[in-house]
Amino acid sequence: MERFEITLDARPAGAARRSALCGVVASGNLEVLVELGQDPAACTVEVSTSADGFRDIWEAVLADFVERHPAGGLRISINDAGATPAVVSLRLAQAFEDSTGGAA
Amino acid sequence: MSAKRVSYFEASARARVAALVDPGSFTEFCPPAQRRTSPHLAQLDAPVAFDDGVVVGAATVDGKPVLIAAQEGQFNGGAVGEVHGAKIRGLLERAARERPAAVLLLVDSGGVRLHEANAGLIAISEIMRALMAAQAAGVPVFALVGGACGAFGGMGIVTRLCDEVIMSEEGRLGLSGPEVIETVKGVGEFDSRDRSLVWRVTGGKLRRALGEATRLVDDDASAFRAAAVAALTHHRNAPADLASLKAAQAALTERRATHPDTRDGLEVWRTLGLAQPEAVPMLASDEFNRQLDALATEV
Repeated sequence: MERFEITLDARPAGAARRSALCGVVASGNLEVLVELGQDPAACTVEVSTSADGFRDIWEAVLADFVERHPAGGLRISINDAGATPAVVSLRLAQAFEDSTGGAA
Repeated sequence: MSAKRVSYFEASARARVAALVDPGSFTEFCPPAQRRTSPHLAQLDAPVAFDDGVVVGAATVDGKPVLIAAQEGQFNGGAVGEVHGAKIRGLLERAARERPAAVLLLVDSGGVRLHEANAGLIAISEIMRALMAAQAAGVPVFALVGGACGAFGGMGIVTRLCDEVIMSEEGRLGLSGPEVIETVKGVGEFDSRDRSLVWRVTGGKLRRALGEATRLVDDDASAFRAAAVAALTHHRNAPADLASLKAAQAALTERRATHPDTRDGLEVWRTLGLAQPEAVPMLASDEFNRQLDALATEV
């Protein structure tokens, strides 16, 4: 298991956000928990992954996520069981959408 | 309600809860944000889940208050660890105090989590005790079995304690799973890779025919909901007093005599007198239920 936290500059997500959970901790899958953080201009992501040694890939995938979505002010926690980058991107996008109540 | 069919088998625990309860009525206890994760898995450096693989809460079904637990079969095979078990036990103890219309247990579990086997075994016995205490307080408990992991090991026992057992053919119920039996007794005893055999022996249709499941439904979340709604109106009571327990024991003894040395569901269909035993696995649940009811009225 490898654990690390990454803080990224991000466009503010705006109000009307709620916590959301997406995905399941199963082989090749992960769960993404979205909660409200403190700083509206930053997105913090806490990663706990069963695949050691891929921090640079995580940083690339998460940078891509905040590029695509205004995730500022969100605190994201991840329990990963070896998901591929594509699955991680998909779950992040799903969780982000769920945190708006599906409206966005 | 959306007309789109939701496969209960394919759905996650959270999706099953959402499909079963009245829209917007669910309140989760110990939600993921509380991070009540397994200390044992963490100690073994294994991945944890924020809900430890089980969703518990309160909701209404058809306007009636229920307490509901849903195991996530994809997380460690829905296996019961210390936290997971404590959540189910706590829900059942709450039921004995609050007396909702029923407790719904959405079972999807291979049994006890081997990473924390002692704590898991204790949790199973605590769940059984709490379940019977809820029943003694007048709260019926319904098991719903239709997930990929079925209901095995300790959760198989818990399922059989329930007042109603609602199953799909895809759901399975047993004590030792097919792989365990093959490992211990050899492939000649039970070929766990023969999927058709596995389902003919452990699947919902055989369980319904033998009376272990009380209702058989198609693999459709709305069919499970409809069965739960019907059970909320009228339900069977699990045997509790000495007379009904003795009657249940006598029925089991008789069953053993009716189906001696049976090794396959096909033999049971034949003995029961179903017209085309080999066609039974492919029957829709409505047709299967109709044929079973017809046999019951013939006798």
